[in-house]
Amino acid sequence: MITRDWLLSDDPETRMQARLGQGYRLARALLRNPLAVVGLAIILLLLLVAMFAPWLAPYSPIQGELANRLQPPSATHWMGTDELGRDILSRIIFGARITLMIVLLVAIIAAPLGLLIGTVAGYFGGWVDRILMGLTDIFLSLPRLIMALAFVAALGPGIENAVIAIAITAWPVYARIARAEVLTFRKSEFLDAVRMQGASSARIITLHVMPLCMSSTIVRVTLDMAGIILTAAGLGFLGLGAQPPLPEWGAMISRGRSFILDQWWVATMPGFAIVVVSLGFCLFGDGLRDVLDPKQRARG
Amino acid sequence: MKRETELTLNRPIAALNFLLTLAVTFLGLLAITFLIGRVVPIDPVLAVVGDRASTETYEAVRLQMGLDDPLIVQFARYVWQVMQGDLGMSVSTGRAVSEDLGRVFPATLEMATLGIIIGVAIGVPMGVFAAARQGKWVDQVIRVIGLAGYAIPAFWLGLVGLVIFYANLRWVGGPGRIDLFLDGMVPPRSGLLLIDSAIDGNWEAFRSALSHIILPATILGFFALAYIARMTRSFMLEQLSQEFITTARVKGVPERLILWRHAFRPIWMQLITVIGLSYAGLLEGSVMIETVFSWPGIGNYLTTALLNADMNAVLGATLVIGAVFVGINKGSDALYRLLDPRARA
Repeated sequence: MITRDWLLSDDPETRMQARLGQGYRLARALLRNPLAVVGLAIILLLLLVAMFAPWLAPYSPIQGELANRLQPPSATHWMGTDELGRDILSRIIFGARITLMIVLLVAIIAAPLGLLIGTVAGYFGGWVDRILMGLTDIFLSLPRLIMALAFVAALGPGIENAVIAIAITAWPVYARIARAEVLTFRKSEFLDAVRMQGASSARIITLHVMPLCMSSTIVRVTLDMAGIILTAAGLGFLGLGAQPPLPEWGAMISRGRSFILDQWWVATMPGFAIVVVSLGFCLFGDGLRDVLDPKQRARG
Repeated sequence: MKRETELTLNRPIAALNFLLTLAVTFLGLLAITFLIGRVVPIDPVLAVVGDRASTETYEAVRLQMGLDDPLIVQFARYVWQVMQGDLGMSVSTGRAVSEDLGRVFPATLEMATLGIIIGVAIGVPMGVFAAARQGKWVDQVIRVIGLAGYAIPAFWLGLVGLVIFYANLRWVGGPGRIDLFLDGMVPPRSGLLLIDSAIDGNWEAFRSALSHIILPATILGFFALAYIARMTRSFMLEQLSQEFITTARVKGVPERLILWRHAFRPIWMQLITVIGLSYAGLLEGSVMIETVFSWPGIGNYLTTALLNADMNAVLGATLVIGAVFVGINKGSDALYRLLDPRARA
């Protein structure tokens, strides 16, 4: 039976009880921050909209009626229609899937890569550290957007290449953070203990070092999500990300640009979607940082 | 006495260290553009000989271009060429990329500089006041602006700005640097239209150029402002909690003097790094804004080249923006270390 007292118990009997208790404390602390709750609500909304897009969207995102092109927002088309007569609301709803996919893929590629490089550098120290961190610092000091643009130029336009390009420019931050974290405990006795039990370096890094760097990495990834969304939308806007007829928000703004002075809604509506979702990740990330990583709070 | 000797000893070492880091970073940037140029699925030999050339001609040209040398030799040659200012020819403009970049760069410089002036002129006082009245409305405004700076796409804000201030209110000029009928009327001296037209005494051109630059520069400045205000606020809060501030207050120094003379004076050196960082960020951010405003700068040049698959132009522009970005960042960092005795410890 899970009760509040059982969760908050000071001497948990099992590892699971301790974990659940920790999660419960974290959730309670998060829910006390109203802005973080707003952020969480926006992210949940994004997830639900992406999941149930075919049921939520009133019209097809790809097929339009040319007779209805460039209609202003009305009761039948809440956000109006675009130059091919497609319902903009439906396209934004399906676009949520693309945005979510980009963000998740970048996080899945960049975060483990940065985590690995940072922990290896911090754990081994010496020459390994110098070379890996030298590489990290070079990447870190280059302009991210410009580098992403150059990588997409090399790989060719398209949503997969946009994801790869953004991931290539995103990992150095995580490497730096993970290394800094490792340096605080690399001389700890618990690591000596594992080493004396005969654990290999690979085992120590993956099972004992990486888990301790997880929370700061997660905080950073959440805070970076807004930037990732904006970069992906920017690539879409320049015609280098998702290709038509995919309803990617940045690409939609780009199409609407030609009619911006007379049919403002075509370019404006997808922008609101980007702002709301980015804001959601910002607010949630801030809240998460306050809970998981109070050290950084004062600097913010 | 010991500190003194340490300082004199540390200076040259620190300078050497700084130059070394800078060189390695530039080399890294060159390596990245070089490798990108190598993985591009466009065959550079085919571009020269055409697809009807015989295998012998193809091989001969390939040898002539040095493409069968080891990668490291090719890289050395590439670095050498770049150091001579040779960035190759642009396929779409038919001119040398370096010449193109020299022509478009002033436009970007002008917009980013005006942007950072706006950002500093508004952001710094805002941050100071927010720290003085912590939790009051200025503080909240900065929080909101900071969030907006993270969440709003610059290109979208540019479009919305055009709809509101150009199409509806008619307060500002539209896309481009100057009204069409004035284009080319100002003799280029510095390449900065505002300065050139002022030197020329052509106030009509000056007004037109100002009306065109003000909106994109303000939007750029907005993104700088968000960061500058936030950092100024946190530096100020750190100072205001120090004991010498309490002493000054006890002595009855007016609050305005405490803020600007006592608390602000020690932080302006720290702000140099922040301003340098945002200035470099604006050069990068101008890529998007320039595309929206058809601003004939380096960002627009880069995106046009991207769409034309003009690789020399893309890599040249990337290299220049990257180098300026790195240069400003590292330079402002070094300046801060030089000026602020606290950073030397």
